[in-house]
Amino acid sequence: MSERLVEVEVLRYNPETDSEPHFQRYSVSCEEEWVVLDALNHVKETIDPTLSYRWSCHMAVCGSCGMMINGEPKLACKAFLRNYEGVIRVEPLAHFPIERDLVTVIDDFVSKLARVKPYLIPKEDKPLSAGEYRQTPAQLKKYKQYTLCINCMLCYSACPEYGLIPKYIGPAALSLAHRYNADSRDGGREERAQEVAATEGVWDCSFVGACSEVCPEHVDPASAIQQEKIANMVDWYKEHLMPGGAK
Amino acid sequence: MSRKPYVREMPRFAWVFRHPRYLRYMTRELSCLFIGAYTLLLVAGIGRLAEGPAAYEAFLEALKSPLSIAFHVLALGFAIYHSITWFNLTPKALPVQIGEEFAPDWVITGAHHVIWVLLSLGILSLAGAF
Amino acid sequence: METIQTDVAIIGAGGAGLRAAIAVGETDPKLRIALISKVYPMRSHTCAAEGGAAGVIKPDDSLENHFNDTVGGGDWLCDQDAVDYLVQEAPRELIQLEHWGCPWSREPNGSVAVRPFGGMIKQRTWFAADKSGFHILHTLFQTSLKFPSIQRFDEYYVTDLIVDDGRCQGLTAIEMRSGQMRQFQARAVIIAGGGAGRMFPFTTNGAIKTGDGMALAYRAGVALKDMEFVQYHPTGLPNTGTLLTEACRGEGGILLNKNGRRFLQDYGMGPETPVGKPQLKTMELGPRDRVSQAFWHEQKKGNMLPTQWGDCMLLDMRHLGEKAINERLPLVRDVTTSYLGVDPVTDPVPVRPVVHYMMGGIDTNIRAATPLAGLFAAGECACVSINGANRLGSNSLTEILVFGRRAGLSAAEYVRSGARPGNDAALAAKATAAQARIRARFEKTGGKESVAALRKEMMTTMERNAGIYRSGDGLSEACVKLGELRHRYAEVELTDKTNVYNTDLLQALELGSMLDCAEAVAASALARKESRGAHQRLDFVERDDKSFLRHSLAYYHPTDPPRVEYRDVVITKSQPGVRDYSGDHQ
Repeated sequence: MSERLVEVEVLRYNPETDSEPHFQRYSVSCEEEWVVLDALNHVKETIDPTLSYRWSCHMAVCGSCGMMINGEPKLACKAFLRNYEGVIRVEPLAHFPIERDLVTVIDDFVSKLARVKPYLIPKEDKPLSAGEYRQTPAQLKKYKQYTLCINCMLCYSACPEYGLIPKYIGPAALSLAHRYNADSRDGGREERAQEVAATEGVWDCSFVGACSEVCPEHVDPASAIQQEKIANMVDWYKEHLMPGGAK
Repeated sequence: MSRKPYVREMPRFAWVFRHPRYLRYMTRELSCLFIGAYTLLLVAGIGRLAEGPAAYEAFLEALKSPLSIAFHVLALGFAIYHSITWFNLTPKALPVQIGEEFAPDWVITGAHHVIWVLLSLGILSLAGAF
Repeated sequence: METIQTDVAIIGAGGAGLRAAIAVGETDPKLRIALISKVYPMRSHTCAAEGGAAGVIKPDDSLENHFNDTVGGGDWLCDQDAVDYLVQEAPRELIQLEHWGCPWSREPNGSVAVRPFGGMIKQRTWFAADKSGFHILHTLFQTSLKFPSIQRFDEYYVTDLIVDDGRCQGLTAIEMRSGQMRQFQARAVIIAGGGAGRMFPFTTNGAIKTGDGMALAYRAGVALKDMEFVQYHPTGLPNTGTLLTEACRGEGGILLNKNGRRFLQDYGMGPETPVGKPQLKTMELGPRDRVSQAFWHEQKKGNMLPTQWGDCMLLDMRHLGEKAINERLPLVRDVTTSYLGVDPVTDPVPVRPVVHYMMGGIDTNIRAATPLAGLFAAGECACVSINGANRLGSNSLTEILVFGRRAGLSAAEYVRSGARPGNDAALAAKATAAQARIRARFEKTGGKESVAALRKEMMTTMERNAGIYRSGDGLSEACVKLGELRHRYAEVELTDKTNVYNTDLLQALELGSMLDCAEAVAASALARKESRGAHQRLDFVERDDKSFLRHSLAYYHPTDPPRVEYRDVVITKSQPGVRDYSGDHQ
């Protein structure tokens, strides 16, 4: 195992002692195959136990360790040291308030997620005794990629619209709304439209596409949002232009 | 209460320079100004045409000025940039599922580009360019 | 201290905790539910489960088959009434998840697809590609948002249960973001805190799996049952310990030693089956304990491949082809390619056994109730016991659903049966005492010990002495060492003495939980002088049904080692027999 001395510069902020965040640099002896998270863990274990950050699974499914690494939103457990040269700069996810060090306040996302009703609203009720709903592999594939969101919020950090318009519901929550709208078992699109089709829903998106570029699970939120825009536009035309379309 | 979450204000304009992807995005967005300006120019041309042959001739003459040619080259460049980047995004908005599989992105993008080229050629030929 | 009044407090918001919360919410919307977790629900480790959840659904299968596989797989240490309940409820629960939107993989006709899994005689593992746990967790979390009666307390670390008048009546917890302590006064408490794999240095478990739920019950006087049974998953990535699901073998992957031999045939799991045509319940589809033990023997013989991360076997999936791997094992491909630089489409993947799951846990009965009134438990932190001495892959996701729901129903029933109101002053006094203990730890100065150093010593001890094969000497050494570490733990001084999101304090408290659990593991393992399932003793190589067809129960003592007692296993219809994975059973 080849070792390498890595300079990591971490944005620190302790609300009890600091008036504003500042960078602190650590020299960390790392193994070549490590990820940035390993380096942070090494710092916490051997250099500075006061460094705070979230992490758990170390396999890119729990979504805890999102942070800005050299200005790019990344999962620290999937940011390989081999891809970085020189000083690695680590900051908390952009567009979220900093609670402490690399820990951000994510209440906003959590409440927005609940608002879009991200659960199945069945098209037709079926008792459990009647078994599962039928869904072909093709119907599954139609929405499957949007189920893969791990709520890591890298997309919110990449999205300038969210940074500029805090009311915007944002990529991950809208993708999950689309995930259920596109599910053959679901009949809740109209219920979700109240949030999804609103200005602060899909229409605050100007299709920057950054969300999809940074998504570690290839969910492609930009795609979900554009598809919802088209569906909602079609709804609008049906309602306003078609004879008898107004409901 | 010891909590004091720190909010990093987002700069109103400077964010564009934080990452190349934002610059690319803003270029795409700004390209519409040139396309819009060119549309206005066309409307003005139709206005001259309505005023009679002399006015229209003068308009055509004005188009030959170096400034006008520079504007046209710039507008054409932006129009092409806008079209290409926009068509490259179409697979996101219009995914096509055939059976179980989705058509690959390049098919959808490619189809848009082909239709674009054919329409352009058609219009050019109607305009007597060939 | 601020007090929060609730009817049912649930500790842990992973699969079991969420399922319990939904069960309470469905039973009675008027019951107030406090769902308390040290992480946001979607960070819970359920998300890392890959392969799937077992439940009889196909016409060629039967509940009896599932029962027999589970009981035999558990080397007859399972409580058979509990296993009966599990297999009966499993299909209903899995369909329920489907109705809540879980994206299970499908057959061409639209019905749910199942896949083969280790130790199972029929295909009965429901799966969502190789992210089954992830989808179960998110389906449950998202569904839980429908219930206004579920109030979440995300990122609250529970420090103590409050027991008064002989029953559990609440808990104290630290709100991580403020560092403030809160008292929860609850009429019933459910622990769904997950496992404790982080006692070991090499584990598939995420950082959060530190046995906090187990330790809470243990310190409150509830026994930890069968703690000596620690499951090694045969196929972990050799460097990071990341899980490569058993579905790799269910889909047809094979295990090779360095000579290219499918060595499992030499350890009672043969004869060899054709490559790419996996046969159920034999060879690579043997149970995890046997496969990991076979690895150990091959390693002793020098038949394993030396790598920079230690000896490895090879998991060969090349013959499955790129399409099948992408469709059925996309996460596996992603993980091996990015973390190890090996693409399973083109190369065999070096793997080695890795600590994965605690069969043991909080002593609960078939109603998910602990012996302490008002306290319930479910999921990996609990031991019902349906897993016995060795859990079969894909039974644990089923367990969190079936017994998570059961815990919710039992707690709701308990609350509605009208528990006497608590003595507010007595409860507040206990909460204040709990707060004082935490504050003492927080403010301690002049301590000589550090969290990181003690944790490392604990991990080394566990790996060396409580691994796949154990000996009396090693376990004795571990007991002494862990006792010493527990004493030294009192001397830990924190570096970080601020309030907001203090992970130094969090890790210290987690270490305390792990040390308690580790001591229970070592003491129970030392006392069990036989070899059964995942507990293999080099000095007692045979299973001993006469003395040890019994559950071990480790009871906490604040300063001394735990006291280990025993309770008979519940046997209803399957008498202990020979575990046959030779393929002859077909």
